[in-house]
Amino acid sequence: MKERFDAIVVGAGPSGNAAAYTMAKAGLKVLQIERGEYPGSKNVQGAILYSDALEKIIPDFREDAPLERHIIEQRMWVLDEESFVGSHFRSDEFNREPHNRYTILRAQFDRWFSQKVRDAGALLICETTVEHLLMDDGRVVGVRCDRVGGDVFADVVILADGVNSTLARKAGFHPEIAPRNVALAVKEILFLPEETLQARFNVGPDEGVVIEMLGKITEGMVGTAFLYTNRDSLTIGIGCILDDFKHRNPGRKAPYTLLENLKKHPAVAPLIEGTEMKEYCAHLIPEGGFFSVPRIYGEGWLIVGDSGGFVNAAHREGSNLAMTTGRLAAETVIEARKAGRDMSSTTLREYKVKVDASFVMKDLHKYRHLPEILHRNNQFFTQYPELVNRAARTLFTVDGEDKASKEQEIRSSFRSSRSLVGLMGDAYRLWRATR
Amino acid sequence: MSELQAPAKKPAGRAGRNLELPEHLKVYRGVWVFVEHDRGAVNPVSWELLGEGRKLADLLGVPLSGVILGGPEEGLDRFASEAWAMGADSCFVMRDPVLKGYRNEPFTRGLTRLVEEHKPEIVLLGATSMGRDLAGSVATTLSTGLTADCTELAIDPGTRALAATRPTFGGSLLCTIMTLAYRPQMATVRPRVMVMPRRDPQRTGTLVEARLDLAEASIVTKLLDFLPDATSDRINLTYADVIVSGGKGLRKPENFQLVRDLATVLGAEVGATRPVVQAGWVETERQVGQTGKTVRPKLYIAAGISGAVQHRVGMEGSDIIVAINSDPAAPIFDFAHYGIVGNAMQVLPALTEAFRNHLAVRARRAA
Amino acid sequence: MHIVVCVKQVPDSAQIRVHPVTNTIMRQGVPAIVNPYDLFALEQALRLKDEHGGSVTVLCMGPPQAEDALRRCLSLGADEAVLVTDRAFAGADTLATSYALASAIRTIGREQSVDIVFTGKQTIDGDTAQVGPGVARRLDLQLLTYVSRIVSVDLSERTIVVERRAEGGVQVLRTALPCLVTMLENTNEIRFAGMDEMLRSARCEVRKWNREQAGVEDVARIGLKGSPTVVSKVFGPKSRTEKADIEVIEDSSVRDAALNLIQKIFTRNPALEQDLVERTVS
Repeated sequence: MKERFDAIVVGAGPSGNAAAYTMAKAGLKVLQIERGEYPGSKNVQGAILYSDALEKIIPDFREDAPLERHIIEQRMWVLDEESFVGSHFRSDEFNREPHNRYTILRAQFDRWFSQKVRDAGALLICETTVEHLLMDDGRVVGVRCDRVGGDVFADVVILADGVNSTLARKAGFHPEIAPRNVALAVKEILFLPEETLQARFNVGPDEGVVIEMLGKITEGMVGTAFLYTNRDSLTIGIGCILDDFKHRNPGRKAPYTLLENLKKHPAVAPLIEGTEMKEYCAHLIPEGGFFSVPRIYGEGWLIVGDSGGFVNAAHREGSNLAMTTGRLAAETVIEARKAGRDMSSTTLREYKVKVDASFVMKDLHKYRHLPEILHRNNQFFTQYPELVNRAARTLFTVDGEDKASKEQEIRSSFRSSRSLVGLMGDAYRLWRATR
Repeated sequence: MSELQAPAKKPAGRAGRNLELPEHLKVYRGVWVFVEHDRGAVNPVSWELLGEGRKLADLLGVPLSGVILGGPEEGLDRFASEAWAMGADSCFVMRDPVLKGYRNEPFTRGLTRLVEEHKPEIVLLGATSMGRDLAGSVATTLSTGLTADCTELAIDPGTRALAATRPTFGGSLLCTIMTLAYRPQMATVRPRVMVMPRRDPQRTGTLVEARLDLAEASIVTKLLDFLPDATSDRINLTYADVIVSGGKGLRKPENFQLVRDLATVLGAEVGATRPVVQAGWVETERQVGQTGKTVRPKLYIAAGISGAVQHRVGMEGSDIIVAINSDPAAPIFDFAHYGIVGNAMQVLPALTEAFRNHLAVRARRAA
Repeated sequence: MHIVVCVKQVPDSAQIRVHPVTNTIMRQGVPAIVNPYDLFALEQALRLKDEHGGSVTVLCMGPPQAEDALRRCLSLGADEAVLVTDRAFAGADTLATSYALASAIRTIGREQSVDIVFTGKQTIDGDTAQVGPGVARRLDLQLLTYVSRIVSVDLSERTIVVERRAEGGVQVLRTALPCLVTMLENTNEIRFAGMDEMLRSARCEVRKWNREQAGVEDVARIGLKGSPTVVSKVFGPKSRTEKADIEVIEDSSVRDAALNLIQKIFTRNPALEQDLVERTVS
């Protein structure tokens, strides 16, 4: 007796949970299959939660979701070897409820979200890997799992199986992810007592800070670093495009070497003084942007989350895009059922329409040139951080030199480094990358 | 079975914690050691416990007694003499046909009855298959505290209570546990954790006969047979004089042969860490450590072993500890006597060769 | 046949990861798992069920998240799961734990009488192996510890024959049902459940009992209050004063280091050298 479901969701990360929850809440018979031992075991700790995306799924999530700190201050730093130039934005408005962003620890959060999914009526099985999709005449009709009797059928299968998804590739929906389009990041959780953390980062209980960094810490490779404050720990991490690690890494620096150097950087070291490293992990982040988003719907299938490359690398947003695409996929399925339509490509096309109309595709489209431009112009990671830091140092050192001369010095350093043409070209490229 | 006693009512204290010894339990006096025997021989752990028990009894100024349960023809008198020689002042001997060969029910009844009658303040048992089986049952019957696998026993001067130390939090830390408001205080200790005491054949003591009065018909469990292990299968890690151990630093199961080779030259036993056993490289019986065996050899050579606490507590009593590890910061160098920082896959064969030659030369001279 | 298997959720101390740069052991964020020894007990219980029919109930005393451990047991093939969870159980030592579990088993037995209670040999976090014997004593069950094999179960005669690991050999014991068995590890291969089993278990409700529902009669015997043993202090192991005499291979050759080491060992303990020489001669 082969059991049949309205929908199968492969993966219990943010996008899978968003999809499964939304459908189960609407009364659909949903099966969710996760290959890890428990939801969150294959996901990585230390992240940002975007309230807006989650509110649209679970409006009252704040009641019992495990949240670390709500973010009241954002710091953006450009680092060279020993210094940084940064801009901070802090606002008491961020303290007014409802809070907009929180830091979370993924293991706890995913588990909470998964419980909600189960409470909503979906069935969740773990430690089970979907080996491939079951097809019938070009249409997905179910999945085959690595257990005895592991064929399960459904009207639609939603692939939420993350950046390394093999299912879609096996089924031929999209090619292997190119190393150019994915970043390899490593992070550590560092424990620090609450009071110390709060004093050091100048926040009160429940308040948090996010620091985003770029510069020479990535040794010329395209990448960024970050530091988040959790309740009694810090998350610190750094990542670069995988292809850069392979081909633009003359020093053959490994990701954790970059992280060690980051931790030693004079701007960062004092912040992590006295912490105890408790957790270390590595993961891949899709960063190809707009042009790397594959076909996201077909005969009886949809792709959501990281599996679809839905990550806005410019703003380091991923989980909100994941949750949003999960929700939109679910809504598509729900509407189709209500209208009595089948889960054909024609019907499921509505999902793409929704995604295109949402901030997800709009933002990806806006930054569509960014990956390519950054790849071709790594002066943004080397010369500019240097120039900007030098300029600041010149400007802020009071040494008897007159200010006009200082300005002249700064201007000429830029010009000699990049040339006037180069500077103008860079400005144009930045504009193009972000328009 | 006697009725389970409800724990005595505690005086109303802060948060109802069990910290004060009620008056009526203050009459409990004396240190007891359960003398475990099987097929004609006493398990040496009982002697080790008498050694430790002697120290505790002297600190408390109370007598030390051995407790021996067995069948009428099992030579229990001989065990009692031996117990006196190992430090006991007296022995309680309970002889009954139902006690021939260990079974939980008659032994639990017997020991419980003895404790209820004679009220010792401390009862120690070896943490062996028999000891653990018995200790848990007796402690539950008496509704008292039992601390398992203690690495250290002491007397707390203020309360005169037994302070039992054992590993905790998966072995990374140690904790000291006390049973303050209940009697007797029970503890089990693994073989080789305590030092074997000096045997004094001149020493004698008193023998107290005890009766059980339990009909065989009333005992439900029957011992149908005993299948001894083949001697060739016997791995006598616990009492080995020289042990060569390997850990995950050896990288591959094939490399474990290097450990075996050195052990062969030294006539040593082969030991291993838990990860190696869990990975299936060697038999479970070779595991040294908190959940494996405790050893006290004259020479312990640890190759590719980091020295995490779980392993450490199983071997740090060794006379000479030699560590071979490629990581100079490995914790094992904190408590080894000698160390070589290098690749175990190179060092082990070199050591094997060097020992072989050295011993061969000496052996020729001796011959 | 109705079997109850007691399981515990423990931190997975075996899942130690080592940081690639600092080589320190990382323990935080380690997930909680079913005590591995308990899985062997469960597997044996399931095999008996396969052979004789009946049902298997898994029981756990723990915090709310221990439900995950029970779910895992359900997915392996257990029929029912009961989580006994209550703040009042916190801080329980083995005596208080066995009291709570025994109460729960009694309550379970009132719905359907229990033939065998299984537990694992010990837990990987507590390692005492005391709860099994404690529960048996309280429920007046025949106790069989360190069982390596179930030889036979006769439901009409109400007897069970087992092989039990003792020092130097194996005891073959027969006793009457109901009984309590603590099962050794590596006695059977743990099954990998089929899809039907997974789906069935995903639907199964884990029953959650507080102390009243568990049938605890005397609150003074559970949790911290019911624990005769008191932890008086927790500390790290002492570091030794004598520093190790370490030779680094780089400065000297492997051969030299080996020779030096042998010299040092035998100088320190000449009797040992004597011993080893004698062994070589013999």
